[in-house]
Amino acid sequence: MSVTVYVPCDTTALAMGADAVADTTRQAANQRGVELNLVRNGSRGLFWLEPLVEVATPNGRLAYGPVKAADVDSLIDAGLFEGKTDHPLALGPTDDIPYLKNQQRLTFSRIGVTDPLSIDDYRAHRGFAGLEKALNLDGQAIVDAVKASGLRGRGGAAFPTGIKWQTVHDEPAGQKYIVCNADEGDSGTFADRLVMECDPYLLIEGMTLAGLAVGADQGYVYLRSEYPVAHRIFSEALARAYDAGYLGRDIRGSGRHFDLEVRLGAGAYICGEETSLLDSLEGKRGMVRAKPPLPAIKGLFGKPTVVNNVLSLAAVPFILDQGAQAYADYGMGKSRGTLPLQLAGNVKRGGLVELAFGITLRELMEDFGGGTLTGRPLKAVQVGGPLGAYLPQSQWDTPIDYEAFAAFGGVVGHGGVVMFDDTVDMGEQARFAMEFCSVESCGKCTPCRIGAVRGVEVIDRLRAGENVETNRELLADLCDTMVDGSLCAMGGMTPFPVQSVMKHFPDELTHRPT
Amino acid sequence: MSQAAVQAAQDWTLEQIQQEIDAHRHRPGAMLPILHAIQDRFGYVPEAAVPLIAESMRQTRAEVHGIISFYHHFRTRPTGSHVVHVCRAEACQAVGARQLEAHIKERLGIDFHQTSADNEITLEPVYCLGNCACGPSVRVDDDVHGRVDADTFDRLVEQLTTTAVEVK
Repeated sequence: MSVTVYVPCDTTALAMGADAVADTTRQAANQRGVELNLVRNGSRGLFWLEPLVEVATPNGRLAYGPVKAADVDSLIDAGLFEGKTDHPLALGPTDDIPYLKNQQRLTFSRIGVTDPLSIDDYRAHRGFAGLEKALNLDGQAIVDAVKASGLRGRGGAAFPTGIKWQTVHDEPAGQKYIVCNADEGDSGTFADRLVMECDPYLLIEGMTLAGLAVGADQGYVYLRSEYPVAHRIFSEALARAYDAGYLGRDIRGSGRHFDLEVRLGAGAYICGEETSLLDSLEGKRGMVRAKPPLPAIKGLFGKPTVVNNVLSLAAVPFILDQGAQAYADYGMGKSRGTLPLQLAGNVKRGGLVELAFGITLRELMEDFGGGTLTGRPLKAVQVGGPLGAYLPQSQWDTPIDYEAFAAFGGVVGHGGVVMFDDTVDMGEQARFAMEFCSVESCGKCTPCRIGAVRGVEVIDRLRAGENVETNRELLADLCDTMVDGSLCAMGGMTPFPVQSVMKHFPDELTHRPT
Repeated sequence: MSQAAVQAAQDWTLEQIQQEIDAHRHRPGAMLPILHAIQDRFGYVPEAAVPLIAESMRQTRAEVHGIISFYHHFRTRPTGSHVVHVCRAEACQAVGARQLEAHIKERLGIDFHQTSADNEITLEPVYCLGNCACGPSVRVDDDVHGRVDADTFDRLVEQLTTTAVEVK
């Protein structure tokens, strides 16, 4: 009788020692004469429990974690292979872990459940069901479904995906492109990475659906070079999807055609901005383009192009499979569906939390996150990446919704939530925002290129206690100039974290004893 | 990157560089794939590659140089046996990345973009490795490590340097 054990293979599980756990488990099974079926599944996204080992039982999967290689023998002695739960690391049925149970996983329904590279696994969990339906639909019907779902761009700008697709669809037939923005550069975000490492066929399906919808036969995934594991797994999935007839000339005998290629970025944060991403794909420096023309009209190589984030494209298979209404039933106001949130930084239980829009930040950080890792009081939280404001306690009861956040100058962005305890020096964080911009600015427009450098200098002078009032005014002025005068969000939003520190933590921008 | 790969890095020839260019030049937007191919094979993009790429891609040398220098990932000089990337971004800052960075620089005796005196380790900053729930994060060659503190980093370095000796 063989026993099936799951050991995850995503970047975080690997970073916490999953390979060693897998090797040790194999050796131990060998020594004990146990016939082991070891599956390297994706991660459930419950990162504080990684490596999260699971064993299959007649009553479902049981979880154990976080497991170190040194724990494997004691786990097996305590009956891991028989599904016994008499061990300090035993967590009971995986599906009953509250962090998981209390989520609404639509996009991430398969994450951590399946072997990421197994097409059979993917299909067994409704994979390609949306595509099978769409192969019999015309482009407009697919665009209509996406419109009706209310899906908005999950990369951060929250533009209605269906409207973008309609624009490209309505351009005259000819060469069009689907470009997936997988340049997930925001600190505190890892949802794109999880899709590509743990459920790669989902993105392949989503991009193929986009191609069918707008009449594009070529897609590119622009993936950041900082994600070697995602590159390896996704590239292998691409090859297998071609072999199985889900990509290429005649998709599953339908006569429809879609080619897909992954391209690596080269360590430039600005290439997450869609026009600079297009320049980079074309083989140039990743410089921001002025809009208009919109990429939907004149995009990659001057052709109509859909540029969507991984999460936007990954939401589409569900919409086609289960219906636009099923997706739109989740959410609040104009923010429909679910948002994959990512809890990171100084957090006790960090990980992926997919929920309908509307949960408050405090519920997310306390009920899911369990407070800070250090156990110290939470002081500030940065939502939406390095260009997002630092939110003080008074703003934590805001529901997570694009409009509710915009109302006080916050951004939901890509859903990254980075928590800081009371040891954080907010002046240092404000300085870093400017420093980061000075390193990563593409240099095309002056407010961003020069403003960021001057910003660091002014903050240094403030913190040294020089001409505090004058420098404070100067910094406020500089922030306004960058917000109003920059060509793209990099320069235009870099002041957000700085301004939030000036407003909510003003004492920390003054002289600090060193 | 392994010691063997770095050894090979000193052995590039113009013909080998041209092979990499020719393998990708036909692709739309071939520039980044070409640069990646050269760096993956030789460990960096040698200066001598610039005129070859310029010629093959019908661009000026200045344009090619401009592209290489724009992207943090591309290097124009060889690295040590291993490349260590330390995450400097906010999620790691929240759990002690600044202190870790200071420790690493002191332990290795170098700043960012430099290589240790024994030519073992090149140190680079990185802004996010996507391991933000288990920081501080450090990438050693292609392996990401989570929850790294001063002690675990020192052990990592010991392993790296010991392994390199064994390879020799």
